[in-house]
Order: sequence, then structure tokens, then C-alpha cells
Amino acid sequence: MAKIVTQDLNLWYGNFQALKSVNSSFEAQRITAIIGPSGCGKSTLLRVLNRMNDLTEGVRTEGKVLVDGSDILGAEADLVSLRKKVGMVFQRPNPFPLSIYENIAFGQRIHSGGIKKEDLDALVERCLKSILLWDELKDKLNKSAMSLSLEQKQRLCIARLIAVKPDVLLMDEPCSTLDPQATARIEELMHELKRDYTIIIVTHNMQQAARISDDTGFMLLGELVEFGKTKDIFMAPKDKRTEDYITGIYG
Amino acid sequence: MRKIKEFIIEKMILLCGLAAIFFVGLIFLFLLKEGLAVFKMVGPFDFLFGKSWYPISEPPKLGILPLIMGSLLVTLGAAIISIPIGVGCAVYIAEIAPGKTKEILKAGIELLAAIPSVVLGFIGMVTLVPLVKNLFHLPTGLTALSGSIMLAFMAMPTIVSIAEDALYSIPRNYKEGAFALGATHWQTIWRVLLPAASSGILAAVMLGIGRVIGETMAVMMITGNAAVLPQSILVPIRTLTATVAAEMGEAVVGSEHYFALFAIGIVLFIISFIINVTADLFLHKKQ
Repeated sequence: MAKIVTQDLNLWYGNFQALKSVNSSFEAQRITAIIGPSGCGKSTLLRVLNRMNDLTEGVRTEGKVLVDGSDILGAEADLVSLRKKVGMVFQRPNPFPLSIYENIAFGQRIHSGGIKKEDLDALVERCLKSILLWDELKDKLNKSAMSLSLEQKQRLCIARLIAVKPDVLLMDEPCSTLDPQATARIEELMHELKRDYTIIIVTHNMQQAARISDDTGFMLLGELVEFGKTKDIFMAPKDKRTEDYITGIYG
Repeated sequence: MRKIKEFIIEKMILLCGLAAIFFVGLIFLFLLKEGLAVFKMVGPFDFLFGKSWYPISEPPKLGILPLIMGSLLVTLGAAIISIPIGVGCAVYIAEIAPGKTKEILKAGIELLAAIPSVVLGFIGMVTLVPLVKNLFHLPTGLTALSGSIMLAFMAMPTIVSIAEDALYSIPRNYKEGAFALGATHWQTIWRVLLPAASSGILAAVMLGIGRVIGETMAVMMITGNAAVLPQSILVPIRTLTATVAAEMGEAVVGSEHYFALFAIGIVLFIISFIINVTADLFLHKKQ
């Protein structure tokens, strides 16, 4: 079943139209990649899905975004529960300048008051295990998250997100600041996480999309040009523009 | 020709820089020379912790504890008032206020900083002092409390503008990260932005307090100038600065009184120095 559906989604930054009637559908327990050249609107599309665009001034949207069947663009949408359900990992790792422990505990502290210390400890352990950093970090939980390496920071951001039990992970070029080895390890992690989450990743890197995703959408100038199984998009693109992009004629 | 011109200009600028340091050094030496002389007549311990300040009695009693306590009490009161309001105001300007309100508020804060302290003292004298007197049924409204309130106004512009800078310079992606986890605006401010800006905010507070402790005119006008150990915040007190300002004119040059006032100057210098260095440490920790 489709976890997130967009219907005739248009978005403007002031007078500039960044998304042009985008129709898409993101399936649960799959990795969907959104590819396209810079400025094509792929990050914008991702940021609509948990309404992070609200932080930017002068944004106007039209159309529908359905998460589990309910429209999230309406004025009555509950942003807190939306963002709990649809979390985001950013391009630049952005752990809070707190301890490693507090970074992961953050979600629990803001969403449920009066949690027991043991429960929190267990949560931190479970989340760090799920991003495969527990063994490395278990003795440094009270150290500042700022002392970690870039890759560890990005992993920590994923752990921090998992701690609030989301259904969907939005990833905005999560590996663009990492070296190839670290990228490979994050991709491996995404593969692990796929079983429990719906993952949507925006990436600049076509090989990455081909490696990790099940579905792919290709965007150009605010339009979703083609959307389908990754295999099909890369092997037998239907649209000439997709084919040109994938074969490296532009982009 | 051009080279000679460059050389001359370079040396002149160097001279200007050296002059600033030279004069600071000179002032400090003069302060030390005149101030330390008092310790020939009264021991450092008796000077700092003596409870009576009667500089023109015979023999003079030169204990500055009442003055130190007066300064500390007024400063503490001003800090209690100005820190929450100042930091709150900074948060409002940096995070919440819409464009126009922000500009107006910032201009207002700058205006507050531009009010001369004698004017603040004067306004306090005719408005705040009678109010405090009537409110608490006191014999006089010239109290430590009145001084604290007026000084809070002087500390606030410093606290607000530096704390606002600290909050403004936090990377935007901390805020996005918190929002993306479903945090509300307040939760983001309280749990992420304030901790992230904490060293800058502490520096702002220290500099604000530094301004309060060195302030003279307003406190002299509205704290009553009674050099006794304060028992509460509702009695007249006298600060270190006000003592120097009020008595220096009438002290006989070379007398014990005269040297004692210079020694008070040294005490003030040390306090300000400690505060400024602490603030500097916080600011550097930030970077």
C-alpha cells in the first residue's frame, strides 16, 4: 500500500514555481530515490512531505499530500505528530550540541514527560545498536556529539530519529559530506532499516540511487518526469529526458 | 619616496597602538602607588573586612566591607531583574519577533543603551524612589532595591544585544533538526537553542554585570549613600564607586582617606578585570 501520495502538488517560493503538479506514490518498506540535477526541486519535494518548508518564508502550496490517507497540507494538520511519523535526515549531519546520550533521548524528552531512567537507557542502547554504533560509543555516551566523526554524526542523527519511532525516513543527500567508505556503510545501514521503515532519499549520485533504491523518480525543472521501478528507470527509461540524464548527456 | 611615506605612516600607527597600552600601564601604576600606601596604616584584612567606614573620624576607620556588600547587593539585585528579562528579550528578538517588530525592538534597545546614567538616576529619583517608599512603607525610598531596578535598565541593553548575537549565530540546521523530530518552537528554544548559545549568553550576562558594578552616577543618586552593612534590600546602601566619586573631592591629598579611596579603585579594578576575563573566556569557548 502507498504510504505517501502526492496529488497535483504545486509549490511556489514567492513567484518561482518549484514544483509543478507532481503526482507520486511512495510505497512502504521500500527505498525510493529521487534524482535529478541541482535546482530541479527534489529537495523541495522531500521537504513538503513533513512540511519542513514551513520554515522558509513565502512558501505556498497547492494540491494534496496524503500520509496514510490523510491530507497533511491543510491548516488543521498536526505538525508535531506529522513530524514524529515522518522524520528527516539532513545533508549536513546536525546533531545537537549535547551529549550523545541526550541527542538520542531528545525525542523522548519532548514527546513524553516523566520517563524512567532505565527505559531511557534501554532506548539509547537499542537505537545505537540499530545504527551499529553501540560497541563503539557505549563508553562515551556522555561525551559531546560534536566530538564524533562526520559519519558517526550522521548515524547519530539517524538514531535520534529512530528513537521517536517514525514510519517514514526522509533523507536529503545524507551521504554528500561523507567519503566513499562511510557512504557505503550508511547505504548498508539503509538497507537494514528498509525492513521497518519507508525510506525516501534525495540524491545527486545516480549510482547511489541505482545501488540502493527499489523505486526511482526523476525530476527536472520542478516536474516529476518519470517514476517507476529503479530497474526500469535505469535500464529502459520511457522519457527521452530521463534517458539523457541517466546517460550523462546533462546534469 | 613612496616607501618613506609608507614607513612613516606605519610607525605612526604603531605609536598610536603603543600609546594606548602605555597609558593603561601608567594609570595602573599610579593606582597601585597611591592605593597600596593605605596598607602602611591599615592591614589588608582590616581594610577589606572592617565593618566601619568613618574616614574622617579621629583616628579614621577604613573598613570597606559595607561598601563591598553594598556594591554586591545592588549588583545581585540588578542581575536577578535584568538576566531573565534580558535573555527573554533576546530570545524574542532572535526567534519569535516578526521582521518589523524585531527592527523596532532592536532600535529601542539601542536607545536604552544611549540614555546617560545621570538621566536614569534622575528619572529613578523622581519616579521610582517615591514608589518604593510608598509601596513598602519605608522612611525613605533611597534603597538598594531602587538602585537595583535602575541598574537593571543599564545592564539590559548589553545583555540583550550580545545574547541575541549568540542566538542568531547558531547554525540554522540545529533548529531544523529539532523541528524534524516533532519538537515545538518552545521545546526547540529551550532544549536546543539556549544550550547551544549558552557560552555567548553567559558572556552577555558577565558583561552586563560588569557594566552594573562599575556604574556610579545613578547609584549615587538613588541608593541613599549610607555606608552601613545592609541588613535587607530595602535599606539605603553605598557602593564602592559612589564612595570614590562622592569623597574624592574633599579628601586631603596624602591623607589616609585619600589613599583608601585609591585602594577602593584597586578593588574595583580587580573585580572588573575578573568579570571581563571570565566573559572573554566564555566568548572564546564559543568559537
